[in-house]
Parts: sequence; structure tokens; C-alpha cells
Amino acid sequence: MKLETLTQLNAERAARRPVIIVTDTANGEQRLVKAQDIAVDPLRAELSKQLRMGKSGNVEVAGKKLFLNVYAPTAKLVIIGAVHISQALAPLARSLDYDVTVVDPRTAFASPERFPDVPLVAEWPDVALPPLNVDHYTAFVAVTHDPKIDDPALLHAFDRDCFYIGALGSRKTHAKRAERLRAQGAKDSDIARIHAPIGLDIGAVSPSEIAVAIMAEITALLRLPPKENSKEKEEAA
Amino acid sequence: MLNRDEDILQAAETWQKQGHGVALATVVETWGSAPRPAGSSLVINDDGTFLGSVSGGCVEGAVVTEALDVIASGQPKMLEFGVADETAWNVGLSCGGTIRVFVEKVG
Repeated sequence: MKLETLTQLNAERAARRPVIIVTDTANGEQRLVKAQDIAVDPLRAELSKQLRMGKSGNVEVAGKKLFLNVYAPTAKLVIIGAVHISQALAPLARSLDYDVTVVDPRTAFASPERFPDVPLVAEWPDVALPPLNVDHYTAFVAVTHDPKIDDPALLHAFDRDCFYIGALGSRKTHAKRAERLRAQGAKDSDIARIHAPIGLDIGAVSPSEIAVAIMAEITALLRLPPKENSKEKEEAA
Repeated sequence: MLNRDEDILQAAETWQKQGHGVALATVVETWGSAPRPAGSSLVINDDGTFLGSVSGGCVEGAVVTEALDVIASGQPKMLEFGVADETAWNVGLSCGGTIRVFVEKVG
């Protein structure tokens, strides 16, 4: 690997931008493909598939055996609300390799006793969220049920283009939320990105089951091709 | 975590810039119950210092020896370790899997 390639790879990784290194293992020839350039790459089908799976692997193209090494940023999960569901959601998400942070300004909820080993920020979203560097590789979940906390957090998630945005509440609650967010300047296309009611419809009842439904929905968004995701949504509707 | 890939690759860059000869060994293929997935890597410098893992400890010794050759020659190498390979038995890939490791010089 050329030093220049390695330096570029490290810079992209530090900026949490995905990169794939394509190596011809027969002769060591190598090139670096940034995520933003995949769409115009001759290997775009193979590259986008590997990136979506977050897995490195081999492909054979025109008689050449190429190794595609995927460097995807670690996905983050930001949970707004240190509630009962979050106590189940945080450890489950960590077991799925997410970097988890819980935000709740109510110190009675955001206590280390309730969330051992989970990074907790007991601040309002406007203070808590900017330092968390919420980005596209972040799943964002708002579960306080309190508009004063959930709404500003959701506006932040729209702004940062999170790959998943979910909010707790029935269809009725969500309709009211949509109205409030619109009044605060959110676009319809932003509001349409909120998964509400939150989680796959698996009949979840207990907080742990709701946590499973949420992580299943997040996993589908992360791993399924975009087309299958929209199909799944239509069927669920 | 100490052995996360970012730290390993950052170490490779730092070593190279300090004037060390550096090699990068990457698991490119696995069969059976290989202990580390494709894309796992190990970086080695010309002191024989290494960071990371390609097999959870089974074949690192052999990879480091080969990597020192690659640093000296500049020519990349493909190594294969598996149960069918007597050397692999000797170095102890006890998990019943086979792995191919691509070793290349940095710089």
C-alpha cells in the first residue's frame, strides 16, 4: 500500500466517511474508492453491495481477482430519553456493535444506576447533541414522549441526515408531532423519514420486546438495499 | 480499544513516517471456522513489532516472519494457512479453518 493511500484512508476514517480499498491480489495493484465516488465507479454494483453489508470480500472482474476491503464507520445510536425502553435498548444496541449515547435532561432518569456503563448526557438536546457529532452513520431514537425534549432532538436528526430516525408514539401522537415539527420549519420529506410508531411490527409489548423491534428496524435500514426497504414499508403500512 | 483497525492503520502511518519499514497483512479469504473475518489486519515494522490480529494469535508468528521478507523485498505475498497445510498445523491454526493473508509493504 502506498503511503499516500494509507494517509488518505486514515483521513477518511477519522472523518467517519466510508472507504473501500480495491486490491488486485495477483500483483498488489491498489486503489482507494471513497463512498461518494462509488456511484460512478465501474465496480459500483459490487462496491455498494459490500459497503451495505459492511463486509470485505472478493470479486472476479474480467479475469482479475480483486479484494474489496470495506472500512465503514462504527454506527452510532443516540437515544433521547433515559426511560425504561432505553434501559433495554442501550445494552442490546451495544451487543450489535453500536456506539450508544443516552441523552435526557431529567437527572432522575439519566442516572448511572439506571444505565451502568452507558455514556449518559444529562442535558437538553440543544446542549447535549452538538458535541456528539451526529452524522449519517447514526441511528437516532426519540423515546421521552415529551415534545419539549423529543422535538428539538428530531430537528437536529433531520439536519444531520441520520440513516434512521424513530420516535415513540401512536399514529395519533405522531400526527400531532408532525404538526408541531412543521410549525418549527421541518419539511414534509423530513417528517416522512420518522419511523413512527417506532420499530418493526412484531407485536412487542414489554420494553425489551420494543427494544428488539427498534433494533430490527434499524438493522433493516442499515443492511437492506433501499428498494427492499421501501417495499417493506409499504407492506407494513 | 487498543487493536481497533483505526489504531493499527494509524500506527502503520506513524511508523512509516518515522522511517521504519512497514508491512500490512490482511485476511482476504476465509473458509470454515476461521477466527477473524476478511479485512482483519496486522501491521508489522522492521523491528518485528506488530499490532492487530489475523487469526486471534494462531499464525501471527509466521505472518510476521513473512512480513519481514516483504519489507526487505518490496514484493507482495499471498500466504495460506489451513488444516490441510502441514505448516499451518505446525503454527497451530487449531480452529479447523483456512485463511489467506495478503502481505504488502507500506510506502
